[in-house]
This record gives sequence, structure tokens and C-alpha cells, in this order.
Amino acid sequence: MALIEIENLTKHFGEVVAVDRLDLQIEAGEFLTLLGPSGCGKTTVLRMIAGLEIPDQGEIRVGGKKVFASREGIFVPPAKRGVGLVFQSYALWPHMNVFENVAFGLQIQKQEKKDLAERVDSTLNYMRLEGLGQRYPQQLSGGQQQRVALARMLVTQPAIFLMDEPLSNLDAKLRMEMRAEIKRLHRESKATTVYVTHDQNEALTMSTKVAVMNKGVLQQVAPPQEIYKRPSNLFVADFIGSPTINLIPGRIVKKTEGVFFEGTPLFIPIPFLGDCINRKVVGALRPEDIRICTEAQAGSVSARIYAILPAGSEVILQARTGDLTLSIRKMGETSLDVGDEVHLLFSLESILLYDQESGALLYPLG
Amino acid sequence: MTTLRTVLINRFQFILANRPHVLIGMVLVLIITLVVVIPFFQMVYDTAVWHEADRRISREAKPGEWTLFHYKRVFSSPLSRNIFYRPFVNSLTTSLAVSVLAMTIGALMAWLVVRTDMPLRKGIATFAVIPYVLPSYTLALAWLDFFKNERIGGATGLYQFLFGVSTPDWLAYGFVPIVITLSFHYYPFTYLLMSGALVSIDSSLEEAGEVLGAGRPTILKKITFPIVLPALISSFILTFSRAVGTFGTPYFLGAPVRYFTLSTTIYTNIVNRTPPVAYISTLVLILISMLIIYGNQRVIGSRSFVTIAGKGFRHRLTPLGRWKYPALAVLASILLLAVFIPLFLLTWQTLMLYPNDYSLGNLTLHYWIGKGQQALAEGESGILRNAQILAAAWNSVKLSVCVALLVGMFGIFIGYAVVKGRGTMLSSTLEQQSFLPYLIPSIAFGALYLSLFTRKIGPIPSLYGTFLLLVLVCMAKNLPFSARSGISSMLQVASELEESAIMVGASWLKRFRKIILPLTLAGSLSGFILAFIATMRELSLIILLVTPATRTLTTMTFRYVEQGYSQFADAIIMLIVVLVIGGEIVARKIGKREMI
Repeated sequence: MALIEIENLTKHFGEVVAVDRLDLQIEAGEFLTLLGPSGCGKTTVLRMIAGLEIPDQGEIRVGGKKVFASREGIFVPPAKRGVGLVFQSYALWPHMNVFENVAFGLQIQKQEKKDLAERVDSTLNYMRLEGLGQRYPQQLSGGQQQRVALARMLVTQPAIFLMDEPLSNLDAKLRMEMRAEIKRLHRESKATTVYVTHDQNEALTMSTKVAVMNKGVLQQVAPPQEIYKRPSNLFVADFIGSPTINLIPGRIVKKTEGVFFEGTPLFIPIPFLGDCINRKVVGALRPEDIRICTEAQAGSVSARIYAILPAGSEVILQARTGDLTLSIRKMGETSLDVGDEVHLLFSLESILLYDQESGALLYPLG
Repeated sequence: MTTLRTVLINRFQFILANRPHVLIGMVLVLIITLVVVIPFFQMVYDTAVWHEADRRISREAKPGEWTLFHYKRVFSSPLSRNIFYRPFVNSLTTSLAVSVLAMTIGALMAWLVVRTDMPLRKGIATFAVIPYVLPSYTLALAWLDFFKNERIGGATGLYQFLFGVSTPDWLAYGFVPIVITLSFHYYPFTYLLMSGALVSIDSSLEEAGEVLGAGRPTILKKITFPIVLPALISSFILTFSRAVGTFGTPYFLGAPVRYFTLSTTIYTNIVNRTPPVAYISTLVLILISMLIIYGNQRVIGSRSFVTIAGKGFRHRLTPLGRWKYPALAVLASILLLAVFIPLFLLTWQTLMLYPNDYSLGNLTLHYWIGKGQQALAEGESGILRNAQILAAAWNSVKLSVCVALLVGMFGIFIGYAVVKGRGTMLSSTLEQQSFLPYLIPSIAFGALYLSLFTRKIGPIPSLYGTFLLLVLVCMAKNLPFSARSGISSMLQVASELEESAIMVGASWLKRFRKIILPLTLAGSLSGFILAFIATMRELSLIILLVTPATRTLTTMTFRYVEQGYSQFADAIIMLIVVLVIGGEIVARKIGKREMI
């Protein structure tokens, strides 16, 4: 049984459907990231798990216990759900110093004074905030404020960590550092973590599982590798990956030799795909699944270099063939120049085919 | 089994635990309905029926029956021009002029004190609010002490003593002196609201503009101004509605030349026992205020700037360069004219044994500490050994503290319920309701309470002559300002700050005490101080409700002014000034401690 089970969860804000009939299971010890563009409902889901938002419909169970059930009118208040939450803005109380901020939760739980000070201090030490207890939030750097926010969540030892874009206010270097910090927290505490972000890099590097959302609807839940390699629909395919996946419009045709994906400029044999013949589809191929060669080869397509974007260890090339612009990732450097004529070779075993209309993944299946 | 009943119980528990603002909002709506809405409808009812007293002016009068007689009398009768149209125009022009002048002074002062490196900023800040401390008609009396001419008889002012010519009427009475004295009295509204808003702006917002290459004027116009605009608009509403409803100053400075405003006609009509006429003028004033507030809601409604977000913020002061000292000189002379010269003049008056004798030999402490002498003021003793006056002083202090505490708490609760419930019906109802008292001028408010509470209403006994009635009326009247400051200080507190306390299971009471109260107190403190000061100097609101047992300092002053004992009147005003400044110093001390 999953630790957090969400069933048919729906939430409206006025006319807007923020979350639409969401089903989601989160296993104990998992690091699940809710990923999606802003306004997709991911924060609302997190706030409903926390108990800060009341859903219109559905059920949430934590450890088998119903914490929300619309049909029975059950609502368990946030503090009794065994969850801790870190806000995007940190929400540190400006009128309390660091120690008081962290101690607050324990005071509410009526901890003994001596015990309390010990626990607060050890949590501060654990978050490498030694000696900052008497400072006020305004006197801390962004990274330190973030650590205090984490310490404040940790000190009450919740079984579930909820984090709402905790790194979005930090600069790139600090963000890398805090990613490592949060991963360490997760590993050492073994607490189930639900993490909200719009940053796919963050999602892919940190999570054991990623749940992609769009317009309130859950698109796919899978480990990061699978999300990247086998996006279950066009939205996920397009949303994940930088540069974005190459999309090649085409159709499925049946020839005497077998079934083919026929797109410009590709013509690829594929295994039999049931009733898909003549359907309009979109072929999708990651930039690293296209190779550049200088000589024409069997199956290669000629193209012209359109732009060259070096990025240190790799280089992203854009090449045009017909109306199509394709991104190509190449490790190392390149001696090519804009305008050069090249030949593109596709790793056909990596191609994904989506139904153009529904966006659903047609190939490969299973 | 899940039944409808358990669902409802669970829902209710949810509201109790997680949406306490809904409950608080409902209780507040109920209370405001009782103290404001019901009196209001009583007033509307009174304009549309015949009264016993109407038998004097019309033979058709049938007491208790519906009639439009009063409306016809006010709007379309030979009397209309004098009892309505002229006062109406006078009210609008004076109030507009006062608003413009007061807001200019207040905004300039706030910006210079909060955001520039002008010298002596602390000193200016200390004195900036004092004009509001003085009862508004005190400046008018000081004006008369200086400019009075022979027109109303009695001793003439210092102007004639110094220059030997009689003061022109336009300078002594009417539009000009009313606008000047009221502007000096009301600019602290703008000053307080604007400095509050300016303090809460993170300098980085402005620096962001600077980085983009915007010049100082552009930053002021495009960044600072839009952020403080809500405060500016609130200032306008406060100033205008107070100016339009004030009675003392236009009465003392306008009546001698028959320059009447709606508020003074309201007073005279109530004193002359034609309350329906007064109430209709009141309705017109309400209409004016409603139009302004409607405009405000359209402008401000969708804006809310969260500027305290649980992250630190900094300030950077604008260097004034060579304008440093000219700026200081301007502010200093404003304070001189609004505070020091009038206070000096008043103090001098209290020390003059015989009026209009400005020689040093005429100075005496008789009116402060003298034993009663038959030859002077009918043998009344100096105010500091006068039991009646000391009792009135105690009443004033008691009343002001009660009202300020009550109204301050109300303000924070209203702010909480309104801000947390943003977008719900309850929230907007409460917000609009808490503004209603502004729409009713003080003098009419007093009259309403007089007519409503002299009788027994249901389980409530007659409250006339009780201290409670004074507390009630002052609380109701001061609600809008404290609601405003409660709402705006609550808007500055990001909701996550409370939510993070919810997450660890802090009860609502705990959250309120530990998080919300400390974070809003600084903002609400200005509301608290203003309520204290306003009550301390309140006259028109309570003059109709005070009995000998519940006399306050202001009503004593009014009595002495009417009797012509300006020394006593001025001495009591000075006493009020001392008490109020003392109260403000205490409040400021508390505020500093609470705010780290």
C-alpha cells in the first residue's frame, strides 16, 4: 500500500479547474516531484496534501488513514497529518530570530524547555546554521534563510516532507548546493518527499519519481529516466528535455514491404501498429539521437547547419532540412560552420510516435 | 455510515479549525449591523415620516405616517437655497481644497522624513502628528485669537493689536481660514498613511528601476508612486470625509459671516429641532462619500502589494544634496504655523488676566491654579483645582483608552477577516460595512444615537446618560480608520506566515497572538493612536449625548467658549494636548518594544 494515496482529487478556483480528477500514489521513502508549467495545479495538489487547501472532491489517505474525504466530510488538520512544508517564500517569521522560528513548532507541541533547546540546536547544527540562532531572518543570506526554513520543517520530524519550489529564489550556484542538501536530507531521514517545481532539471536530478502535470491534469508518473526516454504523450515529450525534443510530423503508411512512418524527411519501417494505418502522427527524437556525418550514408538525410550553440562539454547544432529545424546534441566540439551542408543519421530505435490528434504515445508500446 | 449530519459536523469543524476568519467575519458583520446599520436605517426612516414637532411647520402633519414633505422642503422650496444648496456647494469646495492642501503637505512630509537624508528627520517626525492632536476647532480659535475683528463683538485679535487696522472679513472668516486651519489639522492622515507605505517599500524595487536606467523622477512616478497610490487614495478618503463632516471649525469661522456648510446646517437643524432636515443633508453627505468610496474600490480593489514576505528588506535614503536645508525650512515653517504659534497663542491666552491686554504685567496663573475669585469668571477656580474639570479629565482619559483598545482590536480582526476572505461575499460586505460610519457625519451620528438609545430597545435598557453609550458611539465612529489600518497592515503579511504556523499545529489563538498580532501591531498602532487622539478631542460626536455625570474635557471647553471664558477654554485645551501627547508617547514606546 502506498503511503500517500490520492483519488479523484478535484479543486476549482471560481471557474478555473486547478486540479482535475487526479489519482496519484506515493510510496514510502519516495522522492516524488510534481512538475509542470506555472499554473498547472502542482502547488494546489501539494497544498491539498498539506491540508492548507480544501479540495472540492476526492479522497486523500496518508498511511492508510483518510485525511480528506469529500463524501464523508472528513478533514484532518495539517498538523495531524504528519507532514512538514517548506514554502517558496520560506515564510520565516520576521519578528522571531532563527532559534525562535525553529523552536515554534516544538513549543506548540509543548516540549520541555531543556529538551527543546537541545533539539533546536542539533537541528540548526545539522543544517549548518551554528551560531546564527540569535539572528533575525532579515540578517541572513538567501541560502541561510532557506536552511532555516528546512530546519523549521525538520525539527518536528514529520514523516513526509512537502516542498513548494524551495529553490526558486536562489541563485544558480546556491541552487546546486541546496539540491545536494535536500537530497542528503531525503537520504538520511528516509522521509517521503513531495517536491514541487517547474524546473525540469531539478525534477530529473533529484527525484525517484516525477509526476508531470498540465492544466490540472496528471500527464505521466514515472522515474526520471522513463519520463525522459518514454514520455507518455506529446505534452510530456515536448515539456521535458532541453533543448526540446525534435518533432517530425508525418503519417503511418502501409506498403507491400510492411508498415512505415513516413515523414519529411524520414521514412522508417516500424512493427505492425494495429489500426493506425494512414493516421497522422508525430515522430519525436531527442537531440542526442541524431548524428551528423559528412558523407551521405544509407538512410541519411541532407541538411544545412543553421546555428551552432557550444555549451562547454557539448555543442547543440541546429540544422534545417526542408521546413524542419532539428536540434542535434554532439559531445565535445565541432569544426562545422553555419551554412555547411551535412548529413543526418537518426537512431531509429529511439524514435517515439505520437498520435497527432490525441497526443498519445503509439510506439513503442509497453 | 456517513450521514449528512456527520458531513455537516465535519465541515463545521473544518471551518472552525481552518477558516476562523469566516466565523470572525460573521460576528463582526453582526456587531457592525447593530451599532451602525440599524441607526442608519432609523435615520432614513426618520426622514420619511411625520414627526410630532412637524405640527409647528405644517398643518398636514400626521405623526407616524409616511410623507415626502421633508424632502420637498429641503430640495424644492423657497428655503432650499439657504438650507441646502449653498451649504452643499460650500461643503464641497472647502473639503476639496482641504484635501488637496492637506495631502500635499502630508505626502511631502512623509517622503522627506522616511526616504531622504534631510537633517532633523527624527525631530520632524516627532512633531508631525501633533496638529491632529489638537481638537480641530482649536486652530480655529487660535485663528480668531489672532485675526478676530469687530464683527462678532468682544475683544479683537492680535492682528489688530499689532497693525492697528481691522482684519478684512475674508481673512478673518469663511472659506480661506476654514481651508487653512483644517488642512493644518488633517495633513497627519496623509503623513501617517504615506510614511507607513513608504517604510514598507523595499528599496530594491526602486533600485531595480534605477538599474534599468530610470532617473529619479521616473522612479518616483513609475515605481514609488504606484506602490503608495493605495495609501494616497485612502488619505484622500479620510481627509475628505472628515473635512466634510467636521463641525467645530466651520461653525466658529463660518457662522459669523453666515458661511454655512452641510455639517453646520446639520448641527443647527438638530439644535433647532428639525432633525429630518438635518438627516436629509446627512444623506446627501453620505451620497458624496459613497461616490468617492466607489471610485476608490474601482481603483484599488484588485491591487494588493505584499511587501513583507518573510524575507528581509532594506532601505536606502535618497540624498537631497543642496535641497537639504530648504526642505527642512519648509517643513519647519509648516510645523511652526500648524503647531507652535497656535499653541503659543493659546497658552498666552490662558495666562492673560484680562483679554486683549498683551502686556507682561497682565500675565497670571489664575486660570490654572487660582482659587475662585468673585471678580473673575463668576468665581470659578483654576482648572487644576476644579473638581468638575478633573472629573471630566478622568472621563476623557477613560473613554479614550477604552475606545482605542476596543477599536484597535476590532481593526485587526476586521483586517484579518477581510484579507483572509478576499474575494468572498463576507469579506467585501465586512469591508464596506466597516466604512459606513464615515458616511455619517459625527454630529448626525450623535443625534442618531440620541434618538435610538433614549428608549429601551428589546432587552437593551436605555443607555442615555451612561458611559457605555459614549464608548459605543466613539467606537462605531472610529471603526473605519482602524479597519483601514488593520486591512492594510494585514495585506502586508503574506498568508504563508500564518500557514507555516498552521503546519505545526498552532491553534488560531496562538497564531493570532504569536504571529499575526506582532506583525500587524506596528501598522495597527497608528490606528490605535489615532482612535485615542480622535476620542480625546471628540466634540461634535458626543456633545448631544453627554450628561453632567459623563462630561468630558471637550464638552467643558465648548461650554466655556460659549460663556466667553476663553482663558478657561484655552487652558482645558492645553490640558487635552498634554494628555494626548502623553498618550502618544506611551503608545510609541510600546510600539518600539514590540517591534524588536
